[in-house]
Amino acid sequence: MTLEQAAAAALDAAQAAGATDAEAWAEERQGLEVRVYKEAVESLTDAGGRGVGLRVFVDGRSGYAYGTDLSETGLRALAESAHAGAAAADTDEHGGLPDAFGATSVDGLHSNAMEDWTTERKIELATAVDKAARAREGVTQVEQTVYADARGRVAIANSRGFESGYEVTSAWAYSSAFAGAGADLMTGLGVGLARDPGGLDADAIGAEAADRALALVGARQPESRRCPVVLDAFVAASFAGFIGGMLSADAVQRGRSLFAGKLGEEIAASELRLADDPTDPGGLASAPFDGEGSPTRRNALIQDGRLATYLYDARTARKDGCETTANASRSSYRSPPSVGTSNLVIDAGDAALEELVREAGDGLFVTDVAGLHSGVNPVSGTFSVGASGRLIEGGELGRPVREITIASDLVSMLKAVRRVASEARWVPFGGSVKAAPLLLEQMSVGGS
Amino acid sequence: MTLLAPEIAQAALNRALARGGDWAELYAEERTGFGVSLDDRRVERPQSGREVGASIRLVKGDATYFGHVDGLAEPDLLALADSVAQALRQEALGAVAPPAVNPGPAYEVAERPEDVPAGRKVELLRICDETARAAGGEVAQVSASYAEGRRVVAIFHSGGFAAGDDRTRVRLGVQVVARRDDRVETGHETRGGHAGFERVSDRPEAIAEAAARKALTALDAVDAPAGRMPVVVGNGFGGVLLHEAIGHGLEADAVQKQASVYAGRIGDKLAEEFVTAYDDGRLPGEWGSDAVDDEGTPTQKTTIIEGGKLTSYLYDSLRAHKGKALSTGNGRRESFRHLPLPRMTNTYFAPGDATPQDLIAGTGRGLYAVSFGGGQVEPATGDFVFGVSEGYLIENGKVTAPVRGATLIGNGPEALAAVDGIADDLEIATGFCGKGGQRVPAGVGQPHVRIEALTVGGTG
Repeated sequence: MTLEQAAAAALDAAQAAGATDAEAWAEERQGLEVRVYKEAVESLTDAGGRGVGLRVFVDGRSGYAYGTDLSETGLRALAESAHAGAAAADTDEHGGLPDAFGATSVDGLHSNAMEDWTTERKIELATAVDKAARAREGVTQVEQTVYADARGRVAIANSRGFESGYEVTSAWAYSSAFAGAGADLMTGLGVGLARDPGGLDADAIGAEAADRALALVGARQPESRRCPVVLDAFVAASFAGFIGGMLSADAVQRGRSLFAGKLGEEIAASELRLADDPTDPGGLASAPFDGEGSPTRRNALIQDGRLATYLYDARTARKDGCETTANASRSSYRSPPSVGTSNLVIDAGDAALEELVREAGDGLFVTDVAGLHSGVNPVSGTFSVGASGRLIEGGELGRPVREITIASDLVSMLKAVRRVASEARWVPFGGSVKAAPLLLEQMSVGGS
Repeated sequence: MTLLAPEIAQAALNRALARGGDWAELYAEERTGFGVSLDDRRVERPQSGREVGASIRLVKGDATYFGHVDGLAEPDLLALADSVAQALRQEALGAVAPPAVNPGPAYEVAERPEDVPAGRKVELLRICDETARAAGGEVAQVSASYAEGRRVVAIFHSGGFAAGDDRTRVRLGVQVVARRDDRVETGHETRGGHAGFERVSDRPEAIAEAAARKALTALDAVDAPAGRMPVVVGNGFGGVLLHEAIGHGLEADAVQKQASVYAGRIGDKLAEEFVTAYDDGRLPGEWGSDAVDDEGTPTQKTTIIEGGKLTSYLYDSLRAHKGKALSTGNGRRESFRHLPLPRMTNTYFAPGDATPQDLIAGTGRGLYAVSFGGGQVEPATGDFVFGVSEGYLIENGKVTAPVRGATLIGNGPEALAAVDGIADDLEIATGFCGKGGQRVPAGVGQPHVRIEALTVGGTG
């Protein structure tokens, strides 16, 4: 049975069980993962699977069920579970399938070059990353190097007659290196993301892991200060991901977002432009349609310093009397669609990172934050997070520092952005984010 | 053990070892679950799932070859075995011993959640909603969620043993948002266990009351102080500090890669003499308990710190073999799609002699950290950061104003050495632990514990 047939059969089962409306989402995935330790294979995982998720609407109530048994009896049981679930739910006047469906043409989601890579060559790639990290003088250990890839297919079918599907490939690698020893041991992470292994630069990933660890060796707690702060791309991405979550119309409508009531208002410095873009093939969350079949599109979120839109799915859009932004997101067939970001994109500026550092004069360059998710109050936006990085002294990177706390609130931080660097890159932090380093004006930095 | 016939498992293991390898293991699982939530007075998101599948692991020296498949059909399992065997290019091995079946003693479940009508589960949510809303006029929003899950697993090892387990877990959580003018605060509370519906149906009001109290109290919170000060950590979920800052560093994979600050420190005195801590996967009904781990090893009570000295790491079978130790029954995995890793079960400080009041009364000025919103730790260095979700000032030996925005910043071994008081009120709470992309239920717990000095990153 093809994936399309599985989706259609699940849809039939839902309608036979009495659904007024229904949607089947089927997925198939084949992936390889290589973990390397000390330049030898530690584990090799080669696995695949397929499953289907079924969302049903029965007289304004909605239920969801998923499973891996795609036989006729399996799908019938699935449909009955979804139906029984719906009976336990309350009616939702805004619920239901979207009003329109479609697939945006997005090129480059799938790379045929994936086929050319044997398992042996992928192992060589992972080993090369590991080697590159170990090769840097001062690296005391490479805890783990991982290469992983996936080939996936998605098929959707709903009771309004929409049927579509797409195919994606992805490959990524990361390495975690240590430098220093004892109480001075520091860790660094190097990452790379692409559509096939050919897009991964083994030397660059390994070197990044090593360099990030080495840069922190000898870090001490600095004195508390108020100073300009430069966030590197990893850290900028983590904050962007957090802000993206707060822009979900669902969070806003449920009173769980500090951006409630801020539509069209000034929430950031005009230097900062943030968008959600599921049509950029460089972003691994790109797709022709969202988790409920709405055609994807690029949405500007923060433009000219103002909040341009929230992220909507069909349900939250109906509630606000607007159109969906095609942000019904699914982590897999195991979960029903819910509002979420696809790829967040911070528009790159025209100055090099070096220039941002020079402009900061005396400040702090942050390369790592800890506790973001426990340290931010989503409603007020106030936060206090742990950080490490390097001091900026006289416009140059200076000594490494750790055990710093940065306390502020998200809106003040957005308004404090002075410049965005030109070095934008895709990183897997805060979701899928294309991030660039940011220069923020005076922030309060807690130390000794 | 009806999940998979031993003969099929044996045939698959034979095929997996066809090109060599030290041993192979087949892990079969049926996982089912149901969840439903309530938000803004509306019952929504009923979700159910059923997945059946198996994985085969082939180990040769330090290398592991792994694959998994959906479903338990014999041809699929044999094909999986062949593909895993392909990874090794050696000559054939002899046939493996037939697995002796040793079903684990599953924990008792009084009321099977899947037999309880959905209406009763929804009723729990409505009770929580009403109870929380009745707690005060400043309660602005309530959400509640119910989840149940069952995992039937069968594990077959080429060494000639097999084991099974039937695990049922339930969990009920309530989140309350309280509002006063522009001020908005949240509070949450959960209850759950390796148990049946009875665990959550007994007085669910208590969960809602606790969540509401936290949110309402936080409305009066003042900015947290900053600086080094004594910290009294609350019982139950306060144990997440032990879990994150110490427990992860005792997991043998981190230790063997020298990626733990506790590597090579067995026998070292890390804490005061009255400090003892355990990882216990056998605590009846607790969230992190199972009869056997995900490699078929019976779970056990492992003393990790005794009289202040570090006594044991936590092992799965792979790392135990490497470390010339015995598995401590800590080989856990999220599902058949994952490789087992050394993971904590229920980790907690043993109760001491003091009362929580003693610990607070002995603190001139400090922070009372009742519960955490989450945390992060770097096992290699032991450095941690925790967000305090419910905290109070301690002034002149008394708990005074609630504080907001406090974070605890420190280092595992330093904090452990600074534990200077343990109370007698042990409680274990329900946590989810993430590691290597796998999420497993883990019990975190402790009695009230006092740490002599920790850095508090405040907002004030």
